[in-house]
Amino acid sequence: MPKKYHIHTEPASPRFTPIGKSTILDWEGGCLRCFKCVKRKCIYGAYNERTFDVTQLTDTIDTICKNCLMCVQSCPGQVITKIINPEYKLLGDSYWTPDIIARQWDQAETGSIPVSGAGYAGPFSGPGFDDMWTDMSEIVRPTRDGIHGREYINTSVSLGRKLSALKFDNKGNPVLEAPKNIEIPLPMIFGELPFGSLSKDVYLAMAEAAMELNTLIEVPAEAWDTHLEPYARHVIPVLSAEQIETHDHLIETAQVVEIQDSDESDAVLKKLKKKHPDTLVMIKTALDENSRERVEALADAGADIIHVHADRNGNVHGEKKTRFIKDVVRGVHNHLVNTGIRDNITIVASGGIAMAEHVAKAVICGADAVAVDIPLLLALECRMCLRCEKGLACPVEIENVHPNWGRTRIMNLIGAWRNQILEVLGAMGIREIKRLRGEVGRAMFFKDLEAQTFGQLFGTRVGTRKEGI
Amino acid sequence: MGNNKKHLSGAKSIEQSSTPVLQYSNTPDLPKVRRTPSRFRNAIGKYRLRRDKACVACGKCAEVCSYGVHVKRNNKMAKPKDYLCIGPKCNKCVEECPENALSMENNPLTEVIGDKRWTPDLLISSWYMAETGEVPPGDIEYKIGDSGGGFDRIRFHYAKKPSRKLDVSKFSTKLSLNRRGDNRADVEIGIPVYGGGMSYGSISLKVMVARARAWNAWNSFTCTGEGGYPEELYPYDNHVITQVATGLFGVREETIQRVRIVEFKYAQGAKPGLGGHLLGDKVTAEVAKMREAVPGSSLFSPFPFHSVYSVEDHKKHIDWIKEMNPKALVSVKVSTPTDVDMVAVGSYYAGAHIVHLDGSYGGTGAAPEIAKKNIAMPIEYAIVKVHNFLKQEGIRDKITVIASGGIRTAYDVAKAIALGADGVVIGTSEMVALECIRCTNCESGRGCARGIATTDPELTGLLDVDWATQRLINLFAAWRIQLIEILQRLGMRDIKELVGRTDCLRHLDYEGSGVGV
Repeated sequence: MPKKYHIHTEPASPRFTPIGKSTILDWEGGCLRCFKCVKRKCIYGAYNERTFDVTQLTDTIDTICKNCLMCVQSCPGQVITKIINPEYKLLGDSYWTPDIIARQWDQAETGSIPVSGAGYAGPFSGPGFDDMWTDMSEIVRPTRDGIHGREYINTSVSLGRKLSALKFDNKGNPVLEAPKNIEIPLPMIFGELPFGSLSKDVYLAMAEAAMELNTLIEVPAEAWDTHLEPYARHVIPVLSAEQIETHDHLIETAQVVEIQDSDESDAVLKKLKKKHPDTLVMIKTALDENSRERVEALADAGADIIHVHADRNGNVHGEKKTRFIKDVVRGVHNHLVNTGIRDNITIVASGGIAMAEHVAKAVICGADAVAVDIPLLLALECRMCLRCEKGLACPVEIENVHPNWGRTRIMNLIGAWRNQILEVLGAMGIREIKRLRGEVGRAMFFKDLEAQTFGQLFGTRVGTRKEGI
Repeated sequence: MGNNKKHLSGAKSIEQSSTPVLQYSNTPDLPKVRRTPSRFRNAIGKYRLRRDKACVACGKCAEVCSYGVHVKRNNKMAKPKDYLCIGPKCNKCVEECPENALSMENNPLTEVIGDKRWTPDLLISSWYMAETGEVPPGDIEYKIGDSGGGFDRIRFHYAKKPSRKLDVSKFSTKLSLNRRGDNRADVEIGIPVYGGGMSYGSISLKVMVARARAWNAWNSFTCTGEGGYPEELYPYDNHVITQVATGLFGVREETIQRVRIVEFKYAQGAKPGLGGHLLGDKVTAEVAKMREAVPGSSLFSPFPFHSVYSVEDHKKHIDWIKEMNPKALVSVKVSTPTDVDMVAVGSYYAGAHIVHLDGSYGGTGAAPEIAKKNIAMPIEYAIVKVHNFLKQEGIRDKITVIASGGIRTAYDVAKAIALGADGVVIGTSEMVALECIRCTNCESGRGCARGIATTDPELTGLLDVDWATQRLINLFAAWRIQLIEILQRLGMRDIKELVGRTDCLRHLDYEGSGVGV
């Protein structure tokens, strides 16, 4: 049995006080000077450990306080209360919600999966990835116990084309021309970053993490630097059709090269295959209404990997309507299955992958792997303020990260994600993530469940309506 | 939208209209409700009242307030009990104060507490019911949460208006748990609700005892969870379900023989397929003794049962319990996978009396968030699937279907029953009655800061058993009244009549009529 894949994590404190969800308000006026102040009774020691960070002008209590409200409810003078931190509410946007952002910060700091008490606190279901649940099986599954750990669950995927059938010569001997494949131990590569105050050190941190995790990282040709030379085998150079002429060295050392899809993709593929037969070619194409046909054409043209992407919130914009990445990928996957060429290529999906569960769900909907992008920045404390896009200074100075610290934070995040993926795979009774691809039978969709139950009882679903219409 | 109007016109008077406030006297054979206020000096309500220095303690506010907010004592005004205030709809004290010394606002803490499933209103109303045994007056939403689906979008379609003279004694909320017709004795519970498994270790012994007493008072059951059977529960044996779960912690022949119901836990809704995990910090010497384990070391309940890999193995398990305790009923607790209906049928044929479906939004002392949110289906779907499949198979009346995992209110109970369950199991609501604020830190460090889900000796001291018992009794009393009000408005007398009556329900997001299943 091969050595078990394991991601090493270690705590890596944030450089800046994270923005907490709510904040303690306590004031002097009205304080009764009790001999035994409720603040001393805090079981988390929040009042003892609080400090005031003079550079950031923040009170650290908000990150220590766990919202038990014991002090608020016990103070005789009622001089303590909690309020929502307005800064927290403003984090991110409607897709990259404050809770998602803060959760990724935590995971990057601790490397642990988010665990909490009490039941799920969120909405019943939602748009995007939130309209599906993953299945579990009541008795048959990879077992787990406290003594022997858990049966090994394999999360590796292979990138590249596969043979759809064996061929034999006249004498009946197999003629095997197995296409080159690259096995990565995670269904995740690091995608090109859509924004960010990106310095050499940021790329160094990410490349180091990619190498340690034994996965790959997309780096645009413009960002390539000799610093990255030691990691070249793990770098996917992202090139335009023109750049392939001028970046031979990069293409030669890389295992995979990514080319932006264009009208010339066929010619580019031919050229690359001829000149660099050992480098896999990944074509990056934006999802739209014609994605099924486009992916099929690229597969026929010889692409090894097709990287399909939505916008950063997972939206696929069509002329008539906007659809969500997982639904579009599901359509593409089914189309390729129906045309009998699904295994000829590998599909990597990106756009809107914000949490560990999104990886599993994207795979269920037909992707072989995903490209993770913004969460890598979140691991480095990004607040998604997008000031960098406007040319303004990064509030958490991402450009100044120490590569080792950055690597640890990214490994923590990916380690925590992988452990969460193992949890859902275990519950689904799946021992290899390769077998989860397109396995919609291991998931339940809101639409289907509603139709099977409420649809039978209450008629036609007409969308969310107001009370008493 | 004309069609919508027509469709829902009859449903307009649905439950959202205000119910008249009725005063119910305690019926002699039911547990007594006693007022049991918050443990904390500053109880949390929906509104906040401030009295400033202009107050001359004239007592006018106490005179005009019908809700007991203002109290004049020793020529002074006591701090307003503003958690009882019903808000701007009344506003009498503010308006009539001759000195303009009072001001009212929404309590800003309601921005901080609660979530989509347990809204601040649901927390506050549950606290109110646990204090008074009554439905809160005013505009507090005590029936539904804000999750945007399932129970929160389903309403009752009533045939009748609320009765002003409700004779509570004419209604039955009793539920028989043995429908198999085997030779085992029936077990009847007083309300169609019992307590979910919470182990010694995940909650304090005090809370366990309080639960046992309260369920005993209501002639229903508490459940030990997987963590042993503490001696302190022996007086309540007849109202205790003991659990046999995958770790077999604390399971002994003797414990199985003590009880009238034994529950096999295959999975837990909050973390289906993952097994349990009690962190080392919570494994105190006492907990370790009970579980026959080592103090301080984490305890895993594995997944799945290492002795069950088929439905035949499952039958063997049930036979084993039945052999060991010839009187006991057997309940099988499962989660809600896509084939939950098959699982239920399998459980019946394996010999179970009760199939207990634990939906994916159920409570827990600790679970990975990815599991709580994503794994398995919400209970609302599972009830419908199971009820219909058991009917199709012709065995619906031979097995008791119990639903849990996200039952927060009396209305959730009634909706679950109308969708097809016979009864429900609750857990989080009980914790909320004991003033859980859902900070979700049950598992961290020394455990619950409020002394509920902890074994820390100092923290468990924050809670008194008598207080906790009474709070739970009060909550169930308030729920029972609501169930009876619902029955009355549906023209029913017995909770059993409500089972599977989906015709009494409307889903706000649907129109037309269903084809039936």
